Amino acid sequence: MSAVANTARAERPVTIGTVRSSNSGRLSWLVPTIYIVLLMLPIYWLVNMSFKTNTEITGVFSLWPEAPTLRNYEVIFSDPSWYMGYVNSIIYVVLNTVISITAALPAAYAFSRYRFLGDKHMFFWLLTNRMAPPAVFALPFFQLYSSLGLIDTHIAVAIAHCLFNVPLAVWILEGFISGVPREIDETAYIDGYSFPKFFVKIFMPLIASGIGVAAFFCFMFSWVELLIARTLTTTDAKPITAIMTRTVSAAGMDWGVLAAAGALTIIPGALVIYFVRNYIAKGFALGRV
Amino acid sequence: MLELVGVTKQVGAETHITDVTMTLVKGSLNVLLGPTLSGKTSLMRLMAGLDKPTAGDIRMDGVSVVGVPVQKRNVAMVYQQFINYPTLTVYENIASPLRIQGASDAVIKAKVGKAAELLRLTEHLDKTPLQLSGGQQQRTALARAVVKEAGLVLLDEPLANLDYKLREELRAELPKIFAETGAIFVYATTEPMEALLLGGNTGCLSLGRLTQFGSTIGVYNRPADLITAETFSDPPLNIITVDKRGSEFRHTGGVSFPATPKQAALPDGRYTIGFRPHHLYLDAQGSTGTATQGRVAITEITGSESFVHVDVADSRWVALVPGVRNLDVDTTITVYVDPERFFIFDQTGKLASAPASAA
Repeated sequence: MSAVANTARAERPVTIGTVRSSNSGRLSWLVPTIYIVLLMLPIYWLVNMSFKTNTEITGVFSLWPEAPTLRNYEVIFSDPSWYMGYVNSIIYVVLNTVISITAALPAAYAFSRYRFLGDKHMFFWLLTNRMAPPAVFALPFFQLYSSLGLIDTHIAVAIAHCLFNVPLAVWILEGFISGVPREIDETAYIDGYSFPKFFVKIFMPLIASGIGVAAFFCFMFSWVELLIARTLTTTDAKPITAIMTRTVSAAGMDWGVLAAAGALTIIPGALVIYFVRNYIAKGFALGRV
Repeated sequence: MLELVGVTKQVGAETHITDVTMTLVKGSLNVLLGPTLSGKTSLMRLMAGLDKPTAGDIRMDGVSVVGVPVQKRNVAMVYQQFINYPTLTVYENIASPLRIQGASDAVIKAKVGKAAELLRLTEHLDKTPLQLSGGQQQRTALARAVVKEAGLVLLDEPLANLDYKLREELRAELPKIFAETGAIFVYATTEPMEALLLGGNTGCLSLGRLTQFGSTIGVYNRPADLITAETFSDPPLNIITVDKRGSEFRHTGGVSFPATPKQAALPDGRYTIGFRPHHLYLDAQGSTGTATQGRVAITEITGSESFVHVDVADSRWVALVPGVRNLDVDTTITVYVDPERFFIFDQTGKLASAPASAA
């Protein structure tokens, strides 16, 4: 009797288990696949278009290029007014990332380690800077920078983007810094480290991943931001995103070149994501893991 | 010689340290004993120079060091948490104070090697601290304090987070390791037993006040007041309030004890009596013991010893007796106390009479 009960008990979970796992096995690939297909479709279409001729783009519906061509990319890499757009973008994005991190690191350290009058309010106020749409600042920035003669320089865009990136970097870094016990700072002082030496030699390596994540977010914001970058530049420092809006000519729209330019703008972001992919989740948690 | 004169530390409205005066001589071992939040760490931070006293003076060899930055002071400190530089190897962690001093590579190699051998870290020098066990991490921190050869070594409950075997081992070795350097050695702990094992001097802290400072055995045998006696007793002191009438101590519920001739000489009045759990007996102790009835509340057995909690009149006493004593709850038993072993405190908490001999 007991033997029968035992086998019944032993079999039941197995059956349920197999049914469930085969069910989920049949369906588990479906949802992610739909999601990835939906996600990749526009990107695929962009890349697809970039290898087509304009007649094919406007004339027929084809899932892949019927007459693949590299002409679109040739246009971009041979015309300075095109490829300088990438150079300009990268210059001010890197400038901005460096400035933002350099300014945010000491600020985040202060917010994390010291108590001072209004520290909490100021910390929150920093974030409110990100609540306003960038367009709000376009006009004051334009007026201010033209009176200083900074219009159409890389540094102008880099500094303007700091308004959004410094608060973000401070928020991210503060979390990482608060994760480092204060006793490490004190041990370094007891060992004889001066503050600057401790900060560079001991502290910055400790929060390297935080710095990486903060730099990534600064890079991405500055890279995709269009409005302020376009307002503050005319020719010499014109970013690629602004150049892309000017492909409409008397001859009509050059779809192929535009698609190729778009496909190229994805590359720097993808590269940066590849390098910091392991830290991004931590960065979204602002280090408070 | 480190002198603290009337040192007070306030943080906002809170007072962390109140009017501490003590002198620590070169080459001495000093234990700061007190429960958590009694101000041990605060006092150490003041000694190290990490915090500035609100009032009072701190002098090193007669010269005030208040306001001297911690980098310029010759101190080493080890925290209860295992604090190392996670990005550096164990070797670089230990070498860190020497590197800052600008010592040559040969000197660093020799000193780090010696310290690592002393603390048995030699085979771990190439690892980073997070690859080590807790005990090894703390030994790394201790090694860093050793190589600095500082004049003042502050250890803030360094063994509290270690397992007991390692703790016993290190506790025996630590004083020896630092004794060679002739440094002033300060060791904070919450455990009275640890203070007794270390010896040297003990300062008892309670609520930010230094209640007594003197030789460890001296403080243990003659605590200046009730708070010190309570701090310096583990398991906790049995405490009863009594009314002294001539040569008799009257407790509530008709319980009373005879006073020794010396105790009888005290003026009549209310007193607080404290006696240690190992001086409450379950067996008659010759002629001096006084028997009284009590009800067993609970028995805790640790193996070689048993703690018997007994309700006598309306107070709860604990007896520490050798061996396993499994007594049923609520049974009435006879317990014996020895008035010879009484610490008697007057109404202000000051010691009025202590046992003549230590036992």
